[in-house]
Parts: sequence; structure tokens; C-alpha cells
Amino acid sequence: MNVSWYIVLSAMLFTTGAVGIMIRRSPLVILLCLELMLNAGNLALVAFSRMVGNQEGQVFALVVMVVAACEVVVGLGLIVAIFRRKLPLDVDDLRTLRG
Amino acid sequence: MEAVLFFVSAIGALGGAIGVIAMRNPFYSVLALIVHLFSLASLFLLLTAAFIAAAQVVVYAGAVMVLYVFVVAYVGGGGESAWEPIPGQRILAPLLGIALFVELSVAVLASALLALDTKGPDVGAGFGNPGAIGQLLLEKFLVPFEAASILLLLAAVGAVVLANRDRAGDTPSEHSAKRSEGVSPAR
Repeated sequence: MNVSWYIVLSAMLFTTGAVGIMIRRSPLVILLCLELMLNAGNLALVAFSRMVGNQEGQVFALVVMVVAACEVVVGLGLIVAIFRRKLPLDVDDLRTLRG
Repeated sequence: MEAVLFFVSAIGALGGAIGVIAMRNPFYSVLALIVHLFSLASLFLLLTAAFIAAAQVVVYAGAVMVLYVFVVAYVGGGGESAWEPIPGQRILAPLLGIALFVELSVAVLASALLALDTKGPDVGAGFGNPGAIGQLLLEKFLVPFEAASILLLLAAVGAVVLANRDRAGDTPSEHSAKRSEGVSPAR
């Protein structure tokens, strides 16, 4: 399969994640959509690394995985903290900081 | 054979992604994301990135998804409100998504990257295996590797701080009693 197939698939997955962030309200699902976008980026990185024939893109993908894991840990910690304060788990209700 | 594997994995990945955003119940969204991650791991294998594929399955499908399942079970999958602060948000969002997809595709496919229409150069059997990646991580990319480990440590500490609400020494039951009386928690 040519590399361009992987790139187009990666663009599709990224778009799906972006649409999910725009239409969903639950912070949990928004975090899942962030994962989708990060994974689409990973797929593009690995595909480009195969295209160039250089493994450094794969190291970059690993670092992206680390960042995604950190984001999940902090995001889920925030969600649990929100839930414990009996606040609504809805990003349209949690808008005190919006000004 | 490779094309069949690619299309099966691609359909799995796209279907999983659409399942994540279409499912009403967050628990099913997490399950759809697991399908997506496994399909992505097989795509990584097709791209001769064996170590990334293994890390994807172990780190994501193994560890991160368990965390998600626990949090969804703890928080509970409540239904979302139908209230839309921006009128027509649900119609506008897919349109913007299609625009984004076209833009991304044009940006990459119309670029002068001639190698896009090839399968990439022939690489040896060791391309992307754990040994090669480990050597790169510990020799050329040692500083980013250590920075990543510090970032993980900071995230773990941050999660502990966020999840710990009893720093004043009171028990959770006292806390909920205080809240029901309308007194703000002592933080």
C-alpha cells in the first residue's frame, strides 16, 4: 500500500476526533476524542517514517504516546475531582472560566 | 494480502473512531476506542513498526483503557443534555469536519513529496524492532527520553494531588455532610 493511503486514513481519523470534540458534551468522551486525534497523528508519523526509511519518526510516535498517557492521567483526575464535588459532567455547564 | 489487511484494519480503525463519537453511553465509546486501537496496531505492523504496535497494545489497550473503564464505572455514564448553546452546532460541526479533512488531504497530497506514491524504500528486517528503537532512544534521543520520563512522573504526582481531597485530615463522610449543609469544603 502506498504511503498516501495511510496519510488519508490518518486525516479521516483526525477529522473524526475533531468532529467528536465539537458535538459531544461529556468531558470523558472529549478525552476519548483527543485520543483519536493523537493516534491519527501517530499514524501519520509512522507512515512518514516508513516513507523516508528512517526510524526517528517512530521514536517521535513513542513520545506522543507518553504525552497522551500524561494527558489521560491528568484529565481523568480532573473528571474524578469534578464528580466528587457533585458538579455536572458537562462542558457547557462548567464554564466559569469562560468570562 | 497486504491490501486486504490494510483495508480491514482501516475499516476497523474508522468504525471504531465513529463508534467513539456516536455512542450515547461512554462505556460503549471506550469499547469502540479499544477496537480502534487494535486496528491501529495492525496498521503499525503493516508499516514495519513492530515496537510501536506492541507499545500501542500494551500501553493503550492495556493500561490506559483500563483506567478509562474504571473512571466510567465510577462516574457513571449519564446522558448528555440536549441543550445547545450554539444553535445548529450538530449540523455545523460535520460541515467543519469535512472542510478540515479536505484541507488536510490537500495540504499533504498536493505537496511536492514525491515519495508519497511509493511504498517507501526497502528496509531491512530490523527496521522498527525493539532493538533498533531502543538504541535510538538511549543514544540519539536520550534527552527527550528522560524528559518524557519526568513528564510521566509529574503527571502521576498531579493525578495524586487532584484525586486527594482529604488533605485537611477529615473523612469523606464528614465532607459530604458539610456539603449537604451548604458549607464549602475546607481546602
